[in-house]
Amino acid sequence: MRIARVYKKEAVTEADAIDLTLLDPLIKKYKGKKGNVIPLLQGAQELYGFIPRAAFEHLSAGTGLPLSDMFGVATFYAQFRLKPVGKHIVKVCHGTACHVQNANEITEAIEEALKVKDGETTEDRLFTLESVACLGCCSLAPVMMIGDQTYGKLTGNAAVKVIKNIRLAEKN
Amino acid sequence: MSTTVTVGLGSCGIAAGANKTYDKIKALKESDNLDFDLKKTSCIGMCYREPLVEIVDDSGTYIYGDVDAERAIEVIEKHVNQHDPIRDFIVYTDLFDAPENDFMNSQVKIVLRNCGYMDPESIEEYEARDGYKAIKRIIEEKIPADQVIDTILKSGIRGRGGGGFPTGLKWKFAKANQSDEKYVICNADEGDPGAFMDRSILEGDPHSVLEGMIIAAYSIGATGGVIYCRAEYPLAIKRLNIALDQARQRGYLGKEILGNKDFNFDIYIKEGAGAFVCGEETALIASVEGERGMPRKRPPFPAESGLWRKPTNINNVETLNNIPWIVLHGAEAFSKYGTEKSKGTKVFALAGKVRNSGLVEVPMGITINDVIMKLGGGIKNDKKFKAVQLGGPSGGCIPQYLSETIVDYDSVNATGAIMGSGGMVVMDESTCMVDVAKFFLDFTCKESCGKCTFCRVGTVRMLEILERITNREGREGDIEKLEELAYEIKDNSLCGLGQTAPNPVLTTIKYFRDEYEAHIVHQKCPAKVCRPLLTYTVDQEKCTGCMVCLKNCPANAITGERKQPHLISQELCTQCGVCYSKCKFDSIILT
Repeated sequence: MRIARVYKKEAVTEADAIDLTLLDPLIKKYKGKKGNVIPLLQGAQELYGFIPRAAFEHLSAGTGLPLSDMFGVATFYAQFRLKPVGKHIVKVCHGTACHVQNANEITEAIEEALKVKDGETTEDRLFTLESVACLGCCSLAPVMMIGDQTYGKLTGNAAVKVIKNIRLAEKN
Repeated sequence: MSTTVTVGLGSCGIAAGANKTYDKIKALKESDNLDFDLKKTSCIGMCYREPLVEIVDDSGTYIYGDVDAERAIEVIEKHVNQHDPIRDFIVYTDLFDAPENDFMNSQVKIVLRNCGYMDPESIEEYEARDGYKAIKRIIEEKIPADQVIDTILKSGIRGRGGGGFPTGLKWKFAKANQSDEKYVICNADEGDPGAFMDRSILEGDPHSVLEGMIIAAYSIGATGGVIYCRAEYPLAIKRLNIALDQARQRGYLGKEILGNKDFNFDIYIKEGAGAFVCGEETALIASVEGERGMPRKRPPFPAESGLWRKPTNINNVETLNNIPWIVLHGAEAFSKYGTEKSKGTKVFALAGKVRNSGLVEVPMGITINDVIMKLGGGIKNDKKFKAVQLGGPSGGCIPQYLSETIVDYDSVNATGAIMGSGGMVVMDESTCMVDVAKFFLDFTCKESCGKCTFCRVGTVRMLEILERITNREGREGDIEKLEELAYEIKDNSLCGLGQTAPNPVLTTIKYFRDEYEAHIVHQKCPAKVCRPLLTYTVDQEKCTGCMVCLKNCPANAITGERKQPHLISQELCTQCGVCYSKCKFDSIILT
């Protein structure tokens, strides 16, 4: 689902600590190939968790693809992120089955617990809250996914409990 | 015969904890040196009973439901070691009456013939279940391409992705166009919220999709194949990659397939990047080419000028999965199922307020009511069946009184909904139809690619009206305005997304106009979903005076002493619903 990601002003400049040479194998693999924009961007996101501006510029210089083309593609698809995200991405499913079983309650409960809005990242960069269209686990609705783990048959309280446990584990 | 224990490890099973069950059984087997074969399979469709464990021994076949790690210990100990099946936990068996026998036995499995019956990561098991036999027969018996296309035409199969265009005809057009390069694309960009049959097929039976593509390639003379799969389906992509490698090793893919010197064909996977519009043929092609996934004008159709401007044939996962079966069993075996214009079977993803949510495959022509009541087991918590949503954001809501409608393309279209890919979301009396319409419109509005003005701007305007209506600000004339906008959008959009985007609104207005009127005129939400339209009061009998609602009320609208029933001031109340969600004693009444 295309969501409006709300970005807070970043205190950290993104150019710090980005190793652009990591992109070179990608450039070598895809340079000059037909239909290479999406795999290049997917590869870059895999490396950094998002696509930093410097990576766009490096890819463009390396492959000869216009920056505008790459940016156009990156902003079209929901998959691509242009800003850093939290360590854990909390994906709350808002597919039809989850919607009719009150997925809004889950999002609201997490918003309250993490003190962020949908699409935002917590200040400690631990969690990013997102709404997604359908995780395909409709029989377990309402569902959320954190990392590879899917949590089903949730209530607002149960969802918050999961998050609290992760936060606790992170502190220790 | 030895005993085989099989654990269902589809996405739904894993979400329900099947990996833990598998690990537990594996640990038991190893630590106690038990004598049985442990296998993995994929989803058998009974998602509501996951994790599922199947045990096959000398006496017969048994499927155990809801097997968590604890229950696994018990099942292995009793059934495998002591040969004493635990009847209470058995959900399906061929030996006696079990709770889900009806669910399994009233289905006709063509598409799902292998899902849940074999290890999807093993090409040997697929071959043992007649896999790759169809393509082998075509090559060995030198069956001409025209004859294969003819079989597909005669079977009467229509595209299962939603459009319902005859598959054989599509192939015929693609074959007729001469070119040095041609492509076959498998559309696995299943974006409908509420539909998950393609995911289950890819996870459970990836080889049959590949075989379908190989047969399509042979028929139209294609040189290259692409599977465009949603990136949100990591397990499906993993299993497809395994299947591709195995198929290449066995010579089903690559150069000179099965010894036929003129048949070279290979497939690669293209991961989608999360755009619903890419399910549309021409947008999908643009996306494979690495561009923004925006649809193009048709004609020229992809069969003439598709991927890289070459003739291209695009089929949906479920359609392709049917192909090997049709070639192997003949057109008549397929067309004996179904109605005059819709042949074969259809897989539905049952979800929502239905007791048995999961995957079912039924012959075309069965009534919607039968699917929901017989296979779906009726409505959860014995509530009243209100409507069923077919076809996702492009489809519509069919009300209960039309539930005798039969499942075929034309009958479903006549109600204003569409067959779509087969998502069937069941709604009960506690679902607000205005809210559902708003939900779908919100989805299409976000997913509109922005090319056509009516779709880009029109859906936003419609959404604004629906938001007003559900926010106590509905005005007279809103319904008419919605209808007018809906028809403008349908008429002036280039692709399927825009042309069908207003369907959920139009069908809910058609069948549930009174609910819209209740929202606008009486400022009430009959299903008690739209919060701003509700009145909150405290049940004076049930209230224990715990003060939780009072402390949490952001408007300070609640008064009362500890251990005394509270009161809500209707003047101060902002209808936010916090008291309702915080109350542990169900003592907030919604009216």
